Amino acid sequence: MNCTALSGRPLSEITLEAAARGDLSAADLRIHPGALRRQADVAQRHGNPQLADNLRRAAELTALGDEELLAVYEALRPGRSSRVELEAIAARLEAAHAPSCAALVREAAAVYERRGLLAPG
Amino acid sequence: MADKPATTQADGDAGPARGRLGRFAGLDARPVNLDGFSEEDHDAGLVAFASVHDPKPSIEMDDEGRVVLLDGVPASGFDMIDAYIAAHGIDTSVAREANDLPDLDFARLIVDPATPRGEVVRLAGGATPAKLAYVVALLRPVELQMAIAKMRVRRTPSIQAHVTNLLDDPLLLAADAATAVAFGFRELETTVPVLGDAPSNALAVLIGSQVGAAGALTQCSIEEALELELGLRGLTTYAETVSLYGAEQVFVDGDDTPWSKAFLCSAYASRGFKMRVTSGGGAEALMGAAEGKSMCHLESRCVALARAMGAQGVQNGGIDAASVVGAVPGGMRELLAENLLVMLRDLESCSGNDALVSESDMRRTAHTMPLFLAGSDFIFSGFGSILRYDNMFGPSNFNGEDLDDYLVLQRDWGVDGGLRPVGEARLHEVRERAAKAVQAVYRELGLADFTDERVAEVVLAEGSRDLTPLDPTVVLEAADAIHERGLGILDVVRALERTGFREEAERVLAMGRARVAGDYLQTAAIFDEQMNVLSKITDPNDYQGPGTGHEVTAARRAEMAGIRQQRSQQDLLRRQADGAAAASHFRLIERGEAGPGVDPREVCVGVSPAFATKLWLTTSGLPVGEALRQILAGLEEEGCVARLVRVRATIDVGMIGLTAARLAGSGIGVGLQAKGTALIHRRDLPPLACLELYSIAPLVTKEMYRALGTNAGRHAKGLRPVPVRNPSTEQAIEARYHAEVVAMVAVERGECLPGAPPLNLKVVR
Repeated sequence: MNCTALSGRPLSEITLEAAARGDLSAADLRIHPGALRRQADVAQRHGNPQLADNLRRAAELTALGDEELLAVYEALRPGRSSRVELEAIAARLEAAHAPSCAALVREAAAVYERRGLLAPG
Repeated sequence: MADKPATTQADGDAGPARGRLGRFAGLDARPVNLDGFSEEDHDAGLVAFASVHDPKPSIEMDDEGRVVLLDGVPASGFDMIDAYIAAHGIDTSVAREANDLPDLDFARLIVDPATPRGEVVRLAGGATPAKLAYVVALLRPVELQMAIAKMRVRRTPSIQAHVTNLLDDPLLLAADAATAVAFGFRELETTVPVLGDAPSNALAVLIGSQVGAAGALTQCSIEEALELELGLRGLTTYAETVSLYGAEQVFVDGDDTPWSKAFLCSAYASRGFKMRVTSGGGAEALMGAAEGKSMCHLESRCVALARAMGAQGVQNGGIDAASVVGAVPGGMRELLAENLLVMLRDLESCSGNDALVSESDMRRTAHTMPLFLAGSDFIFSGFGSILRYDNMFGPSNFNGEDLDDYLVLQRDWGVDGGLRPVGEARLHEVRERAAKAVQAVYRELGLADFTDERVAEVVLAEGSRDLTPLDPTVVLEAADAIHERGLGILDVVRALERTGFREEAERVLAMGRARVAGDYLQTAAIFDEQMNVLSKITDPNDYQGPGTGHEVTAARRAEMAGIRQQRSQQDLLRRQADGAAAASHFRLIERGEAGPGVDPREVCVGVSPAFATKLWLTTSGLPVGEALRQILAGLEEEGCVARLVRVRATIDVGMIGLTAARLAGSGIGVGLQAKGTALIHRRDLPPLACLELYSIAPLVTKEMYRALGTNAGRHAKGLRPVPVRNPSTEQAIEARYHAEVVAMVAVERGECLPGAPPLNLKVVR
């Protein structure tokens, strides 16, 4: 299987020599969304659609920076965000080609509202 | 009688007036009585299975297949856990079938080897949390074991280690990580006593984990956001402390929701990280918010939620609140059932045995044994590979002190517990290599400068208390530097390569490459030492009864058998050669066939076939000549005439003694085997009845042999001497000596000449 890193560098070029030369960057050791989607398909075929969904969300999240990732996580914790704020995050994710993550945030917002887990605002 | 059984408290009240019973005073002092035990209390959730407040299983779907009723709660009343499970966690295409199946029928399908694992997984996918909780409650312990053998995801069992120390000493962390890998652990979990040290700990364990063998996964268990950050840098390769709870209030107290946790799962996966969640019964009761539900019911909710979120696995069944579960009736069985719940949901089970559940060695071992025998994806979700005091998670149920016990248990049962014996030279080598690698990398990256003396000290140390105290700011400053400079896996690889640790550099980089490939994101994935992924996909459990499933190969059986304490028959006889050399001045000369004596003062001492021919030391370590000399001296003191004979036709000490007695003019004989067992016999007694006996040879002293000689003389004179006391012990004396005794008896048997007459002997010194 032709596996490439997030950077586009093929796995076969991720060698100790390349690392020693300083040719590799962090993106060369990051998983590619395509690899995550392939793993999602494997999980789906082996009867775990939930793991598949998780890996598909993960594929979407490869486009997000670390800071942004942590910020969304923080916003989803109880009492952190208002309904409006969560909707804004969902819209941002949607725009960043992360529709299933956006759906997760919207689903959270609806339940948080009913269960009193939103921040006032 | 009272409705309620009498409690020890009631007995205690009656005690002082009538005198405290020694039997209870003694029992009170036993370690098990340091443990706390709770009466069942359904309102407080202090009940293992089936609280009166547990809902009956139920499920209803609307026309579009949405779950609108779950375990008695309509959608409008769903708490956040119900809501997440209802939305994602139930296979609605089998929900009706699964929930209509009678609990007992379901339970039998789980255990029945003829029902394929996949069929059970299919049904469990449609089962509600309450349904599975009631079903597993029906399984007896041995049935839980059968179910676990069949239902765990990965065929090959594995085991995780805790690697921590009191000082956060990076050299020791690396040496202990390499030690854990040498013993066979495939996941290493570290944590910190000082949060700021975390980046240094993660780095040291990463390096140590790749010394000696490739592919062990590593983790640094700390606050969620910081743990994720270390993962993003590539300093760890998996995460598992993503905690779930079965009650909404406790979940919120934990500052998370199912959605925040689900997002965290996806965040980890987006960086190619293996991730599992953590739950475990008792947590909700401990937080005072169990909603009156049983531990099994709440845990079933956690596991259903884990599956719904898309986690690949769950750590439960003996984690932090394990002792809360252990305190209630049936608690230990509930912990085992928790592991099964995970397997039924087709998730990797990282099966607890994590927290120390009892002060009683017997009780803590009993907790571990059923799972150990059945096998699991991870038999421990943290065997404390370091000493108890160095375990910064708190002591595990088994720790570094217990490694030999564990290896012996594997050998005893022929069960693959995931570990292997390691020789001292090998362990020295990997500990040194790991400590030197970390020393080199910390120097190369300008993090800290550890001396060669420190390395040497670490290699030999049993634990951190053996080390010269370290200036704590050294680690903290190194950790700060890693954090502030954003050092990551590539920096580690380059530093290892530049300092000559090429093999380790390759292996650390391989962990990075594995993250790019992503195959280890699949359920129950680990790497073997050749970097092959073993997972639900590549190594599925195919147990279907005897002769199927994980096979302990001949090579693996030999590896498990080869503990360093194992000895060949030749090894066990080696000290006999030393005894022969030391006894060069002592010989027994044969003086022809022995006939009956007539002197009424004559006592015969019969020795065994290999006595002072092939065997020279008794099991107590006494030279056989010395044991003999003492007996003869005792006889002489009584004015008896001693005659020495070798009984060649038997190795049985009773028959040797009786043969000697029948030859003796007095009718009294002494039997003495080379291993030191001795007795006094009389010619008219049956072979197995004797006058006096020392059966526990390892405990017989020179003085006791002398006393035996004295008493034999007194019997010969028709007196009734005070019998010698067979030495007694409360130790496992047979376990200690029987391997050697078997080797000695084999030598005796080899020298035995059935039918041959006894010979007179003369002592030459």
